[in-house]
Amino acid sequence: MTVTALLFASYAEALGSDRVELACAESATVGEVVAQLRALPGGAALPPSPLVAVNLTYARADQRVASGDEIAIIPPVAGG
Amino acid sequence: MSICTSIVRRPIDVGALLAEVEDTANGATLVFLGRVREVNDGRAVTGIEYSAYGDMAERELAAIARECANAFGIAHLVVEHRLGTLGLGEASIAIVVAHAHRAAAYEASRFVIEEVKRRLPIWKREGYVDGSSEWVNANGVPEPHETQTAAREHRT
Repeated sequence: MTVTALLFASYAEALGSDRVELACAESATVGEVVAQLRALPGGAALPPSPLVAVNLTYARADQRVASGDEIAIIPPVAGG
Repeated sequence: MSICTSIVRRPIDVGALLAEVEDTANGATLVFLGRVREVNDGRAVTGIEYSAYGDMAERELAAIARECANAFGIAHLVVEHRLGTLGLGEASIAIVVAHAHRAAAYEASRFVIEEVKRRLPIWKREGYVDGSSEWVNANGVPEPHETQTAAREHRT
């Protein structure tokens, strides 16, 4: 199945893109998607357990993802 | 009841926000502005560029306002966060809260800014007088060196 990973700020710069389509296993978890991203060129800039949101809601690393999910890797936030 | 939140790309009009919480039931009206400061972490700042995960930021900011309204019995609250490039002194966030009494207004305002700093998916890139810039976190310090270095290496 395919999921869309969104990258922001320093993470987008590190991977050279703000959006990556990933092919992953049917039973993939958030943590496994992160591991796939970290294996890409520049991906080492992502921490092993970053904040992640699935379809606009913060999610845990063990949450399963589904085909078509929008998986956002959230760098340390700095609003305000 | 007037609970409003928005993420904008234009200057914040505090007067307009004050008008939104206007109600003679309120004895206390409080305005908090977060503004671009001229020095951060010992470096002279020229401005800050704010970016966001737009859809989620809208949603989280609305959730923060709802939680605030419930926790402190607030019926009049307006929060606006600005994105884009801001110069020194410009407001990046305005929190305007009104309540019958001051204690609830102060608590509500503090709650909103702390939750924004904890969970709103917004990032800032600070520019300095020497022409360089860094992504900074909610504590106002540059992100860990490894991240910055990796980012720089990838760009070059």
